[in-house]
Amino acid sequence: MTKHNWLVTDAEDIPRIVQEAFYVATTGRPGPVLIDFPKDIANAQMTWHFDDEVDLPGYKVLGAPDPAAIKAAVELLRDARRPVLYVGGGVLKADATTALRQLVEETNIPVVTTLMARGAFPDSDSHCLGMPGMHGTYTAVTAMQRADLLVALGSRFDDRVTGKVSAFAPFAKVVHLDIDKAEIGKVRRPDVPIAADCRLGIEALVAAVVEQRQRNASFFSRERLSEWWAELDSWREQFPLFYEEEGEPGFVKPQYVIEQLRDATPDDTILVAGVGQHQMWAAQHWRFEHPRTWVNSGGLGTMGFAVPAALGAKVGRPEQMVWAVDGDGCFQMTAQELITATVERIPVKIAILNNSYLGMVRQWQHMFYEERYSEVYLSPDVPNYVGWAESMGCVGIRVSAPEEVRPAIEKANAVDDRPVVIDFRIDAKEHVFPMVAAGASNDDIVVHPKLAQR
Amino acid sequence: MTDTYPHHLFSLRVENKSGVLVRVAGLFARRGFNIVSLAVAPTDDERFSRMSLVVDAESAPLHQVRDQLDKLVNVVEITEIEPSTAYQVELALLSVKNDSSRSLFDVISAHGGAVVDECPSSVVVKLDAHPNEIDAFIRALEPFGIIDLQRTGRITMTPS
Repeated sequence: MTKHNWLVTDAEDIPRIVQEAFYVATTGRPGPVLIDFPKDIANAQMTWHFDDEVDLPGYKVLGAPDPAAIKAAVELLRDARRPVLYVGGGVLKADATTALRQLVEETNIPVVTTLMARGAFPDSDSHCLGMPGMHGTYTAVTAMQRADLLVALGSRFDDRVTGKVSAFAPFAKVVHLDIDKAEIGKVRRPDVPIAADCRLGIEALVAAVVEQRQRNASFFSRERLSEWWAELDSWREQFPLFYEEEGEPGFVKPQYVIEQLRDATPDDTILVAGVGQHQMWAAQHWRFEHPRTWVNSGGLGTMGFAVPAALGAKVGRPEQMVWAVDGDGCFQMTAQELITATVERIPVKIAILNNSYLGMVRQWQHMFYEERYSEVYLSPDVPNYVGWAESMGCVGIRVSAPEEVRPAIEKANAVDDRPVVIDFRIDAKEHVFPMVAAGASNDDIVVHPKLAQR
Repeated sequence: MTDTYPHHLFSLRVENKSGVLVRVAGLFARRGFNIVSLAVAPTDDERFSRMSLVVDAESAPLHQVRDQLDKLVNVVEITEIEPSTAYQVELALLSVKNDSSRSLFDVISAHGGAVVDECPSSVVVKLDAHPNEIDAFIRALEPFGIIDLQRTGRITMTPS
């Protein structure tokens, strides 16, 4: 699970190891590290000292890209007629979002932002096609399938993005920029590998594009992609994110809750999610405008992540509003952290999308296991979420009708001295669409049944 | 001399610290790469050890093995060695039933082996040679009855 770890066997090593640990955790491809302090070491006496520099002869941090690779990449970018920028979380980690916007401005190439990259490029920009993958937008998924060039920037061809790998982006040449060499070629062999820091790599691409255009003004003309954009726009028109607004009485639509949350909160609100349907609805229906406003566990798939992560986000960014969207299953795993939130005065806000099920597992059992529901039913009323929240010192609100959604959110937004929990009652029959079944080709993306009928 | 099975040969310079071997072995276990042989010993610089590693090529794409090893913080340098050109040697010790026959000692000397210890019931034989020659030596001694066998794993070096 860790990028590296240390076992301390001599207390004299503690300063060196702590210094090394922070260095390894924060440089290169950042990642968690662990220091194991045995009890006898923790009790030992030593004289503290700091070494001048970290000496890790086997640890290499990549920097600027190879100019030859940038030249090869920019020629592919120039000649492509159906290109897509496949943006992953590495763009955020490398603080490369400004460079990415420049690249898009210079090249007019559409962008897809993976689950880890939501916010790396603004959803409001017309170049953004949304999230790719198993529950991505039809346009983002299909753009990659039809692309003649994928430019992977800090992304890793995860199976939730590619679907069946042999059928993924079959017409595309691939440029893969990543700081971790082991990711390049792991899943898909790139035509142009660029092992480098993502920000330095994208900046070099921008410079190379500008240089190409100076050489020949017709290069990177906007018209070169006009057919591609016409096609993308027609997909966006035909297959938008869709849900039925009318629902069963006593319930609210989860997508509507996310939309209302999005519209009732400040632009720079930090959104946190657990794992499951609620996470996908949040990733789909929120509008991400700023880097580092989306916190989720991504490929680690950590149920229960939302509540403690929200606390961390609020402590780190006290001036920003922090909302966690959570499922009832996830909430039950880590809700007790709200006691800490109350005691330490960390005013986070939690929206439970409560469908009394482990909803994503239920969705799979519905779609792929002939409705043999097994070990997925929870209860809508036990625990009593409002009572539980109140017992932990939070404000608790229950919402079971659409007209109650906005007032509840506004009430929660007005509370700044304690955490708030809203128990939104949603219908367990609601599925996440679009969907690519596990192991299926992305060509076989399933949109909402009502949308398919149109 | 060519090998009978496809493999990758790596010579690693690693930090001479406890736990490094388990990191390398753990990486191979997690990724499902099969280690054919592994030899580790300190180098002339006490900060580093040299690991000679033979990996089953069918279980592991070359660049994946190399890049994953490179990610380990304690691995300082990785050299890929071309098996057909590199000097490769391995040491084997065998304990063989001693029938005091002429032919046993003929086989040992024909393969360049040496008797290093002897008692009425068995002899201890050593051979340092290319791993394939050791394979052949073992096959030749099998009819006499091998009691025990130990191989070091291959080490390699190229002029640099």
